[in-house]
This record gives sequence, structure tokens and C-alpha cells, in this order.
Amino acid sequence: MADTSDIKKGFKMLLDGVPFAVVDHQFVKPGKGQAFIRTRIKNMMTGAVIDRTFKSGEKLDKADTEERTMQYLYPEGDARIFMDTRSYEQLSLSNEQLGENVHYLLDGTEVDVMLFEGRPIGVTPPTFVELLVTETEPGFKGDTSSNTTKPATLETGLQVNVPLFVNTGDRLKVDTRTGSYVERVKG
Amino acid sequence: MREPADAAVLQVLELRATLLAAIRRFFIGRDFIEVETPAIVPSPGLDLHLSAFEVRSTAGEPVGWLATSPEYQMKRLLSAGAKRIFQLCRSYRGEERGRHHEREFTMLEWYRANATSEEVIGDTEELVAFVTSALHQPAPEVQPPWQRITVDEALQLHAHLTLDSLSDDDERFFRVWAEEVQPRLGDERPVIVTDWPASMASLAQLKGNGMADRFEAFFRGVELCNGFGELTDATEQRRRFERDQAERDAAGVPVYPIDERFMEDLERGMPPSGGNALGVDRLLMLLIGAPSIQAVMPFPEERL
Repeated sequence: MADTSDIKKGFKMLLDGVPFAVVDHQFVKPGKGQAFIRTRIKNMMTGAVIDRTFKSGEKLDKADTEERTMQYLYPEGDARIFMDTRSYEQLSLSNEQLGENVHYLLDGTEVDVMLFEGRPIGVTPPTFVELLVTETEPGFKGDTSSNTTKPATLETGLQVNVPLFVNTGDRLKVDTRTGSYVERVKG
Repeated sequence: MREPADAAVLQVLELRATLLAAIRRFFIGRDFIEVETPAIVPSPGLDLHLSAFEVRSTAGEPVGWLATSPEYQMKRLLSAGAKRIFQLCRSYRGEERGRHHEREFTMLEWYRANATSEEVIGDTEELVAFVTSALHQPAPEVQPPWQRITVDEALQLHAHLTLDSLSDDDERFFRVWAEEVQPRLGDERPVIVTDWPASMASLAQLKGNGMADRFEAFFRGVELCNGFGELTDATEQRRRFERDQAERDAAGVPVYPIDERFMEDLERGMPPSGGNALGVDRLLMLLIGAPSIQAVMPFPEERL
């Protein structure tokens, strides 16, 4: 059994059967008063972030979670199949569970799969991925400095705003934390 | 020859030195004398939510506790006839660690004999304005007088609750205070919060309205100080200490002894007095816009 002294960024606890990860935490103690730990915690099943205040010393249930590096293989119906590169064990996550991350999966992409009580609940993709532009309006020749952007569709279906000089067929570096364009990749 | 030391640490050292020197100048200029009282004391304070470090000799004999504040001994100096005293010292609280808490921290505590809490509030406002200018911080918002608000008003304003509705549930009061009220106190200018429930100030006298003669200053959601119009009635003080001990016992936390020398001096007589305890690290943090008190200490525990 854990208690509030174990709380730190990334600490995973079980609340009403749901795993939550600590995003931020602060010790607070009103003068002459009871001490509390104010936390911002993320529901690991839905991604929703909530605030929760614990009494200092309160007992907490640690969530039984494990992260494993796996390789994305292929889509299957409304799900995606991943494989553990050491044990060759395969498992599937639904597109719903993957959410936005479904847009960062290419054949062979390595991701961290989060398991809760042995079952997969989500993935963390690499921070940056390279994706091909499949559709965008042609840019204006020579305009490489303007701050103006235009929409582009990438090979996984991801929509990003890109500078005007980007063309269909270019490879782009995308930040998976924000889902935004970083740069055009040479070659 | 080693490389020059960390510039951030050097800057902290200079700012702290400037602040400490300014605090001393301020009080000496007001005819206070600087005093020193022991770090190891026979009773560390009896408040329910206070945790102290016990001190033992090498042979394992109990010696006392590290002071959670120098309050008892400074009040004994008032009983001995001191009129205006201040102290800059380390105080120690077990189990308090966070952005605004460190188990060992620097406390400024001062007392005025034959004075009310009003005069100590005045000291507080002027002290902060004085040291702010000594630190060359452009902070017009700290100029006195500060806004005043009662605990009840603060609860109504920020949590839409009355003090009455929380009066039989201290834990709920502190939870609401920590979550809803305190983060919003002193957002733009420091604010003085007065009229605390009598149960939350064991060493303060009661006001005519039955509330404790206790005040706290908040700035940008941080508690800066806690002051009292001091309780001088020895019988009442003993009754409250015994109540505190019973509460500690019921809560299963160590029951610290009553400081009997403090009680003897109180029985002999202490003048009506006002006193205040102010967190020096928090003051420096707030005045220079640092993110934590650890950022303004050369050796917080995490870097020790």
C-alpha cells in the first residue's frame, strides 16, 4: 500500500478501479491546519485530466501498470496490431483507445504500450515522427518566409497546418505531443 | 583553481544577505533588539497539525525537540520585561515538504509589549515595503495599507460558503481553504486575513466578537505570516494546551509536553502583546518572483 508521500510526477494510482497518473502535485498546509497534497491527475483510460486533493498521509492504491516497447504491425478492422519485439507476443488496441495517436503509426513504428492489469490501454508514440504529405494546395513559388500557413493531409490521415512552400510528396517532421508541423525533411 | 561557482547560487546568496540586512535595519530603526533563543526546546508547540523533530543525546536520552518556532521563549522574554524584540532563526517542522515548505526554514519573529495586533499588522506592512525597496524590486502593490478581509468574508468571496456552515468540520474548512480560498488570496496586492475561529489559534486572545485575535498575510496565494494579539491569561492557556494534547492523543500523533517554564512566566505575568511570525524564504521568493522557496535557498534538502 502506498500513501501520499509516494506522490511524484508519473506516480500511478488506482481510484475507483481506474488508473490515474500524476501530472502535477503540490504540498499545501494552511497555517495551523491539516496538510494536503493537491494533485492534477490524468485518467489513463480516457486521457481526461482532473484535480484531486488528498489528505497528507492518506493511503493510496498503486495502479498495476507496465510499459512495454512494441512495434506497430498493421490495422485490423477498428483496431491496430502491435508486437513485442523480444517475445513476438502480439496484442491489439482499438482506434478509440489510440485516439489521436492512430495518426502517428506507420508500419514498424516503435511505441511504448501502456498495460493496466495486463491489458493494453494506450500507447506513447515517439516524440517526433516523419510523415509524407499526400494532399495540399500548391504553394506560391518563392514564398518561404511568410508566416501564413495552409492545411495539409499526411499519409496517416493527420491534418496539420504547414508553411506555403510545402508540397504534396514532401516528408514532414511532426511533434506527436502537439500534433503540429516541425520542419520539412530534406531528401 | 576551480571553475567559478554557480551564478544562480551566488545571486541567491546576495539577495538573502540584502534581505536579512534590511530586516535588521528595519527593526533596529524601530527600537527593537535582536534576540536569540535555543533551537532545542522542551516543548515544540502543541497544535494538532504540527510535527517536530525529537532530539536525543548520543546515549539515546531524550533532550527535547527542534523548535517549530521560537514563540514560547520569546514570550518568556516579554515576561522578563523586554519591550520590543525580534529574531531571525531557523525553525523546523517535520513532514512539511513542498514548493512553499521546507523542513528547515528561516523564520522572522517579533513581539511588541503593551501593543495590539493592529500595531504588528502595521509593522508587517511597513517591513515588506521597506525590504522591497532595499531589494530594488519595483513593487508598488506592497505599499501600505493592505486590504483587510475576515476569514468569513474570504470564504464567501472565493468558495461561496459561510464560516458558520463549516464550523463543526475543521478538516472540511482546511480543504476548502487550501483548494478554493488561499490560492486566490492576495492575487494583486497582499491581503490581511483576520477573525479566525477560536479553535485555530491556541496562543491568541479572543476578540470581543468571540473570534481569535489572529491575522495572516497572503500574497499571490502564499501564506506569508501568522500573528496574534497574544493570550496572557495563564488559566485559559493551560486549558487550551490540555485540549490540544487531548486532540493529539485522539489523533494518534505524539503528545508533546506543556512547557512549564513558559506557563510559570505567564502566571507571573506577561504584558498584553502583539507578535508575528513570518517566513523569510517565502518573502524572498515572492518579492523576486522565484518559483519556490527552494529556489531562494543555497541548500534546500533536495540539494543538500
